[in-house]
Amino acid sequence: MGQTIIEKILSQHSGQNTSANDIVVARVDFIMGQDGTSPLAIRAFENMDGKEVFDPQKIALVIDHSSPSPNDGVSGLHKLMREFARSKGVHLYDIGEGVCHQVVPESGKVGPGCLVIGADSHTCTYGALNAFSTGVGSTDLAGGLISGKMWFKVPETIKFVCHGELPKGVYSKDLILHLIGDVTADGATYKAVEFTGQAIDTLSMDARFTISNMAIEMGAKAGLMEADEKTFSWLARFTDKQFEPVKADPDASYADIREYDVSGLEPQIAKPHTVDNVSPLSEVAGTPVQQAVLGTCTNGRLEDLRIAASIIKGRKINPDVRFIVAPASKTIYLEAMRDGTLQALVEAGAAVVTPGCGPCVGTHNGVPSDGENVISTANRNFKGRMGNSNAFIYLGSPATVAASALTGEITDPREFIK
Amino acid sequence: MKFEGKTHKFGNDVNTDYIISGKYKFKTLDMRELAKHVMEDLDPDFYSKISKGDFIVGGSNFGCGSSREQAPLAIKYADISAVLAKSFARIFYRNAINTGLPVVECDTDLIDPGDELEVDLAGGTVINKTKGTSIPAKPLPPVMIKILNDGGLAPHFRKHGGFNL
Repeated sequence: MGQTIIEKILSQHSGQNTSANDIVVARVDFIMGQDGTSPLAIRAFENMDGKEVFDPQKIALVIDHSSPSPNDGVSGLHKLMREFARSKGVHLYDIGEGVCHQVVPESGKVGPGCLVIGADSHTCTYGALNAFSTGVGSTDLAGGLISGKMWFKVPETIKFVCHGELPKGVYSKDLILHLIGDVTADGATYKAVEFTGQAIDTLSMDARFTISNMAIEMGAKAGLMEADEKTFSWLARFTDKQFEPVKADPDASYADIREYDVSGLEPQIAKPHTVDNVSPLSEVAGTPVQQAVLGTCTNGRLEDLRIAASIIKGRKINPDVRFIVAPASKTIYLEAMRDGTLQALVEAGAAVVTPGCGPCVGTHNGVPSDGENVISTANRNFKGRMGNSNAFIYLGSPATVAASALTGEITDPREFIK
Repeated sequence: MKFEGKTHKFGNDVNTDYIISGKYKFKTLDMRELAKHVMEDLDPDFYSKISKGDFIVGGSNFGCGSSREQAPLAIKYADISAVLAKSFARIFYRNAINTGLPVVECDTDLIDPGDELEVDLAGGTVINKTKGTSIPAKPLPPVMIKILNDGGLAPHFRKHGGFNL
């Protein structure tokens, strides 16, 4: 019987011919930890009597979640990470380098066929590069740091086939929100998903990352795509390393195959307080917003910033809105400076913060006040997510966030796109 | 492993931000301190309502969201003996086993807030003493039982020098 993408990658990395529901110990190609999870992983590493890491070249630590440090407690944990990285010869991306899920792909060390674990639930992002990458906790991470391995249950796969092309003013964020709303927050729990079809093929890599990034919001272990010309030309910007793409067999077995025609899709919004509480934007149009956030591992890439700038350029944001922009990496920050994107955003009234997670995780950089509404390009809108459980978070595309920053209420971006 | 205690019930999709908010978890590795804020965004007084050995009972998809291991640890250090739910998000489930917090999959519609339970992990049974009923529980995979028997993944590594599953 044929294999899915994840069955093939786990077979290659475990040395066994595996299929869904097998349990295997597999070697990992790359390991990542961030500042919310690495300190506990370092403690677990010590509890495991860890001495050295299995291969310092295959590990990265990233300070992105509370970056730069907002208080002395965080500073102590950052210091712990820096000391661990130095003593083990591991590369640490310090403040200002960017979000882990952008700096790891930009390192060129992750590509088609790789197996990656990261102590961050959105590690599924690199599925867009045809890698099996998944989020783990700190103790699993520590086991990986020591042994270069992890145990996995081989998951079943749900295939999403997306036909047609997205209409103008509708983006990959709208598509993934629509899919999550359809299958719900636990629709793919314990499973992998594959995203295929013309709608995916026509997307840029930046847009594809947005989709794989949010696979976890339907409970999935991985959000996989096949590699194509775009994948390889994107990787060629960062590495000359060769990767072997992994395709699903035509007779692979799926738990479910779901077909969608995206050509009539409207902009979508995830309403408070769950990511699967999705409706067409038109249902919530006119809802006032006091804060707009552009950035995060979901939508802080160059294409996202450019889309927002194209809507905002030459206009001013609504005086009652704080507009916060966090580029996903220093590389993106510099490119957006060079091509005038940041200038357009700042002239319109945006406040640009350090490349990193920005205000998404509620530690700093824009905690909303009681009763306020936020429109954000992030991937989570849980109550309290941004640091105040009395605020309300709406999720949308970069275009929707830009349009809403201009008007002060949730606004269909197509009103600004000719 | 056998536990007895009363239940605190929550709904579906209890995410790890609700279990322990990001505004606390980035600051400290002191789990006793984090435990004081467990479930705070769902019930600000929750910590003060816990007696040692109590159970948290959820609906489906318990522990969805971020990979923070502080979530099962905050529950464990709040003296909760086990979490029962219809289903768990996969990262939380692994983290719970790895850190030695028992998790039980069963039909939690058969449990009301405040019910007294007796949970036998090895036998896979949940007795609802208040209602006088027995609720079948899904057995843990053998790999997880092995890790739990060693006391979590860290003791497993210390004992075997790596994976021995």
